[in-house]
Amino acid sequence: MVEIPSGSAGAIPSAEVEDVELYHPRSWWTKYVFSQDAKIIAVQYSVTAISIGLVALVLSWLMRLQLAFPGYFTFIDADHYYQFITMHGMIMVIYLLTALFLGGFGNYLIPLMVGARDMVFPYANMLSYWIYLLAVLILAAGFFAPGGPTGAGWTLYPPQAVLSGTPGGKDWGILLMLTSLIVFIIGFTMGGLNYVVTVLQGRARGMTLMRMPLTVWGIFTATVMALLAFPALFVACVMMLFDRLLGTSFFMPAIVEMGEQLQHGGGSPILFQHLFWFFGHPEVYIVALPAFGIVSDLISTHARKNIFGYRMMVWAIVIIGALSFIVWAHHMYVSGMNPAFGFFFATTTLIIAIPTAIKVYNWVLTLWRGDIHLTLPMLFALAFIVTFVNGGLTGLFLGNVVVDVPLSDTMFVVAHFHMVMGVAPILVIFGAIYHWYPKVTGRMLNETLGQIHFWTTFLGTYAIFFPMHYLGLLGVPRRYFELGETAFVPPSAHTLNIFITVMALIVGAGQMVFLFNLVWSLFRGKEAGGNPWRATTLEWQTPQTPPVHGNWGKDLPVVYRWAYDYSVPGAAEDFIPQTVPASGGVTREVPA
Amino acid sequence: MAVVLILVLIVVGSVLFHVLSPWWWTPIASNWTYIDSTLVITFWITGIVFVAVVSFMAYCVFRFRHKPGNQAAYEPENRRLEWLLAGGTAVGVAAMLAPGLVVWNQFITVPDDAVPVEVVSQQWLWSFRLPGADGKLGRAETRDVSPDNPLGLNKNDASGLDDVIIEGGELHLPIGKPVRILLRSIDVLHDFYVPEFRAKMDMIPGMITYFWFTPTRTGSFEILCAELCGVGHGQMRGTVIVEEDADYQTWLGQQQTFTQLMASSGEPPPAN
Repeated sequence: MVEIPSGSAGAIPSAEVEDVELYHPRSWWTKYVFSQDAKIIAVQYSVTAISIGLVALVLSWLMRLQLAFPGYFTFIDADHYYQFITMHGMIMVIYLLTALFLGGFGNYLIPLMVGARDMVFPYANMLSYWIYLLAVLILAAGFFAPGGPTGAGWTLYPPQAVLSGTPGGKDWGILLMLTSLIVFIIGFTMGGLNYVVTVLQGRARGMTLMRMPLTVWGIFTATVMALLAFPALFVACVMMLFDRLLGTSFFMPAIVEMGEQLQHGGGSPILFQHLFWFFGHPEVYIVALPAFGIVSDLISTHARKNIFGYRMMVWAIVIIGALSFIVWAHHMYVSGMNPAFGFFFATTTLIIAIPTAIKVYNWVLTLWRGDIHLTLPMLFALAFIVTFVNGGLTGLFLGNVVVDVPLSDTMFVVAHFHMVMGVAPILVIFGAIYHWYPKVTGRMLNETLGQIHFWTTFLGTYAIFFPMHYLGLLGVPRRYFELGETAFVPPSAHTLNIFITVMALIVGAGQMVFLFNLVWSLFRGKEAGGNPWRATTLEWQTPQTPPVHGNWGKDLPVVYRWAYDYSVPGAAEDFIPQTVPASGGVTREVPA
Repeated sequence: MAVVLILVLIVVGSVLFHVLSPWWWTPIASNWTYIDSTLVITFWITGIVFVAVVSFMAYCVFRFRHKPGNQAAYEPENRRLEWLLAGGTAVGVAAMLAPGLVVWNQFITVPDDAVPVEVVSQQWLWSFRLPGADGKLGRAETRDVSPDNPLGLNKNDASGLDDVIIEGGELHLPIGKPVRILLRSIDVLHDFYVPEFRAKMDMIPGMITYFWFTPTRTGSFEILCAELCGVGHGQMRGTVIVEEDADYQTWLGQQQTFTQLMASSGEPPPAN
């Protein structure tokens, strides 16, 4: 710990640019629908993402019913099953998690947490949401199109994605999926540029980069990564559209399909995989880094203690972000790429475990000698750590190339990625919603309903995905419509499948409680006041709750300290907001 | 307190589940016991970390949960502790990575005496090709695939004429002899996966991929497709039978060669 004298006024630079006038809405339509206010856009993003996420939730029930009771539900045939898993995966990864973390939390929290009046390009920000909505509608149109949505798996590997053996391959399904992704990326780019520029250019006076809350660091780094990674997916989608519509052969070699020679030749299916995973692996951290950042702030606030090792936490986020661009081919150890790549990618992949582990250590060391309030956000944060540690550790199996060989393409992989990038980030999303809902609505979410939601979600998902690893270890492959008679699979494995499905339905029911709580508390929730958690960061210091257009009233906030002045020795209260000037000429803080 | 109890139960329950679970890998039937050993090392290291982290959390919640009058400590950093933990993690990672890379090197280094065996996949069927008396497989191309030449052998390549072709049947392998499995697909991605052999590899149209192993146990083993290949993915099954060399030779003698296959389909043999 370092104590530095604050140069009082000297620490705060004078304003470099004048406070600019915002666009003010003139009608109900421009205030609530075609709104340029990041807070409204955040709510629009969140509601849309959660709505399409519910579709993915229902799809997961249907696929689990099929796995537990094959043949019993006759309306689920093989075509439908593959359509369900494909849409479930793509919705969850892109249209829910990415959109909710960046479009939802990013829009709401970045301007408020860095002390800006709004995003720097409000108009582009508004377009970003409407284009995202268009992408969601195109995606959902797949369910109503001739042939249904694509059933190529969320990885969309060609050639099968565009051939007739796959649902939607020769119909509308794959076209709508690729188009929707392209539209999504266009919309995301508009929002993403906003988030990055707002963090770099829109911060309040005194808000140095090293005083930013880790939430902002996480979302900022993830957005930079997304701006660099999504173009690879964009290119892959465009090329596959050409292959499917124009008969080009980017990903199509010579193929005999059902006894007939196709007019393709010379393309490389593995090229698609490299492009897909060059996007796809950073995507894991595009989801994980905002979760890392948010959970750090939840733990710190609710343990009434500064986040341990702030500088190391910031650097860990940045290093993870950078390293995640050179690990993509660990998804391809058994893809048939040059096997010598295995040495490089296994090494980079296991190295990334070190900064990740540092983050975990610092979370639990923040709890150490804290004053832990077991509020709902804290409960979800604890559940996140358990789930993330579990899922992260199984990543060491799959990242270590030779251990991946028997486990790849089995249920072990399904269990691993659901733990680490499904359940873990979603637990953070829930914790974050319980934490910030009072700021967004002015009311607290109901505690009892929240407790029911928490325990079913945390224990239920653990009961689903922990045993699932062992099915994979046994050798049960993933993406099987039905396992049928397979000699090495004992009957007990089928019993386990039924157990997992029952747990999945219970977890699903728990989410209904959450949705009810969201709506009920909007009208009946306890009044929250401006800063119910007694938190230090700027969004809790707004003059009004919920914050009004422009966020800050007449004067922008000025920041005097880092975001983690909890339980400062000698202070009157156990938190000192970032806007409180240093007293006595000394501030305890990590130097910038 | 319920939180502490449940965190402890998660630790104890997970360990007990691991020890008592009836779901474990299938008995191995190849030389890749090193893969299993690396997996066990990984289980130990990650298991210890999981138990340590979650137990520590449970202790923190127990010891430092809010009571009136409590105040948290103020400790922004502890450089020494942070670097110590980072260093310890690096050692653990190296302990898993090093044996992993050594075994990977073995996995991708095919011994010179390995016999080539070709597996050809299509939606949703396995076929196989073994070298004839010359010990070599002839060239093959997807472009040459036709109803009477289902694996697309090049008819002008003499080394392919004696190749043994098995369509949609069982693959037999002699025990104790290393085989180099050459993988080819004529339509979409597939993956040749026999859980008991521990090895698997994708099959890509337009490319030949490979892996090698030595069968170490006789018996009949199920082939699964492990890369999504369309609606029939789950039904794409086959069988590998590992047997003593004498039985293998008997079986091999009953299979038809490429020349015989063409003759039976009424095609004139090539000029040379």
